[in-house]
Amino acid sequence: MIRAHVLLCAGTGCTSSGSAAVRSALAAELEKHGLTEEIKMVQTGCFGLCALGPIMIVYPEGIFYSRVTAEDIPEIVEEHLLKGRPVQRLVYNDPVVEGGEAASSLNETAFYKSQMRIALRNCGVIDPENIEEYIGRDGYAALGKCLTEMTPDEVIQLVLDSGIRGRGGAGFPTGLKWKFASGNRGNVQKYVCCNADEGDPGAFMDRSILEGDPHAVIEAMAIAGYAIGADQGYIYVRAEYPIAVQRLTTAINQAKEYGLLGKNIFGTDFSFDLDIRLGAGAFVCGEETALMTSIEGHRGEPRPRPPFPAVKGLFGKPTILNNVETYANIPQIIINGADWFKGIGTEKSHGTKVFALGGKITNTGLVEIPMGTPLRTIIEEIGGGIPNGKKFKAAQTGGPSGGCIPAELIDTPVDYDNLIAIGSMMGSGGLIVMDEDNCMVDIAKFFLGFTVDESCGKCTPCRVGTRRMLEILERITEGKGEEGDIEKLEELGNMIKATALCGLGQTAPNPVLSTIRYFRDEYEAHIREKRCPAGACKALAKITIDPEKCIGCSLCSRKCPVGAISGVIKSPYVIDQDKCIKCGVCLASCPKKAIVKK
Amino acid sequence: MKTLAELAQIREKMKDKVGIREGVNGIRIVVGMATCGIAAGARPVLNTLVEEVAKEDLSSAATVTQTGCIGICQYEPVVEVFEAGKEKVTYVKVTPDMAKRIVAEHIKGGKVVTEYTIGNYKI
Repeated sequence: MIRAHVLLCAGTGCTSSGSAAVRSALAAELEKHGLTEEIKMVQTGCFGLCALGPIMIVYPEGIFYSRVTAEDIPEIVEEHLLKGRPVQRLVYNDPVVEGGEAASSLNETAFYKSQMRIALRNCGVIDPENIEEYIGRDGYAALGKCLTEMTPDEVIQLVLDSGIRGRGGAGFPTGLKWKFASGNRGNVQKYVCCNADEGDPGAFMDRSILEGDPHAVIEAMAIAGYAIGADQGYIYVRAEYPIAVQRLTTAINQAKEYGLLGKNIFGTDFSFDLDIRLGAGAFVCGEETALMTSIEGHRGEPRPRPPFPAVKGLFGKPTILNNVETYANIPQIIINGADWFKGIGTEKSHGTKVFALGGKITNTGLVEIPMGTPLRTIIEEIGGGIPNGKKFKAAQTGGPSGGCIPAELIDTPVDYDNLIAIGSMMGSGGLIVMDEDNCMVDIAKFFLGFTVDESCGKCTPCRVGTRRMLEILERITEGKGEEGDIEKLEELGNMIKATALCGLGQTAPNPVLSTIRYFRDEYEAHIREKRCPAGACKALAKITIDPEKCIGCSLCSRKCPVGAISGVIKSPYVIDQDKCIKCGVCLASCPKKAIVKK
Repeated sequence: MKTLAELAQIREKMKDKVGIREGVNGIRIVVGMATCGIAAGARPVLNTLVEEVAKEDLSSAATVTQTGCIGICQYEPVVEVFEAGKEKVTYVKVTPDMAKRIVAEHIKGGKVVTEYTIGNYKI
């Protein structure tokens, strides 16, 4: 008889911090102490606190262990699982609650308290490779309800009423998409596609859902198939997500075995099958028309819309394409109703949104919050603030298509319309936090560099325009900026926005335009004063030796890789600015901290 | 599997198993499982409690957990029952058979098995 469950994260984050070794150590220890009949070990998906992995939770007490290593396992098994004494030194200590008790259960921690988990409800709770655990959490009940109690039109109406908008970035109402594709059911071949080609740098929401709760996506796709009258679905997932692909494959096979995919599901006339298509990792394949072109076996390039996919999509047939996170919400909407969903979030943005927190933030990881939560709550409470006592400067949302939110707007409630209004966008959910050491020109250059690399080259504004913008930015960060560069960037940016072929090109200038909007002074400092206020642009940095502090030990001159430092022993040394490559080796070598970088 | 009824069957079967991960709810039955407890035979008691709670279909109302030494080693195995709004009940020198009665009468029936409590234990 099982009396306790030990949940161990097997998501990509914890796997890379060594959870596989922890798992085998735990299995061996449980065996050794004869506890295999009493204690069940469960591999789950992501818990969200990836920075503290590998993560382990022991139920029923809900004790939360972080940074567990294989060496810790004998102690945990002997002390906690056998004798009931949680190993305090490994229990996650909530950093925000000072003097709080160490043994905090998961839901009381600042990281989880303000979260609300709908799309991630099963992540970190069930074993994603066991379909019965998903069923035990009301899995496939929504599909059952749709097939036996609702007409396809009723399903679409319910999704419409819930007001859910696409979680992939653009925020188009999901119900409308379904409605557009619903005509002429039964007489034409139609397709249901899932966009799991998560390409934004720093974003990993979809990966975690696929790894932690693959059946939710499968169930939702079957529901979508019933709603529009499609019998075939495709999940387009990038090959760089091997764990997600493997779990998804297992899940699809299990669903077929249980008759939840295939012919005559639940004894009805409805049949639905699902296949996986692997993407090779091109960013443009996340754009819907390019994605479908890629599934068809062609080179992934976008095509003009209209015709929209709902009319002419995959293989020229009516198709709906939704993002992983959108699908993960659908079964819950069917079970709990449209009013329940509308009750969460703000007036125009209902439900929750998953964000991948990254950058200069204490709790790097995955969070799900109700729409309308202020950015401040996400960064200061859930994210645990900025490490090393630095000051918050800006947050970047929406990846290479989005923009930044400066510190003065930190109290903005996060939803689709508010973010658009301040020049950023919800995007797929990457949220990169920046502190005072980040140069905004450099950030814009980074994102633009990404788009230039990933531009498919089909249309000129994106292929040539973004390249020219990048060249201007490179000049600015190298101290060769000219008066008028900012205006040129703005002109080019607006032109690309207006003329590029697909959504990716049209949004590519956003990181530049939004940083100009909020940090124009930083651009001007680079151009006019040849100075990087954040000290991040290497070419503009100047390293000097303070003659007052220098004791003439010659250590720096011996460490300098280019021989730029010269002088006479026991008198102050000097750096030849023409030779210096700003590598910073001398900074670290000086025993008197006489060398400064400005 | 083809029918909704079969799906419901699996759901019911799994609900209790997955339910343990919802955390502690309702009544908490805590077994002292330090060295002293284990030496006195706390493990079979713990296992009996878990089995009986499941058998009586009480999983959603009561949770069996363990704790370390509470300091009365001579009375081990010790089982304590915590319920919101009620005073804690401490059972001492518990055997698997006594555990069965505790679940049946106290946890299910709501009546404390007074003769097993620490107050009534004859030294």
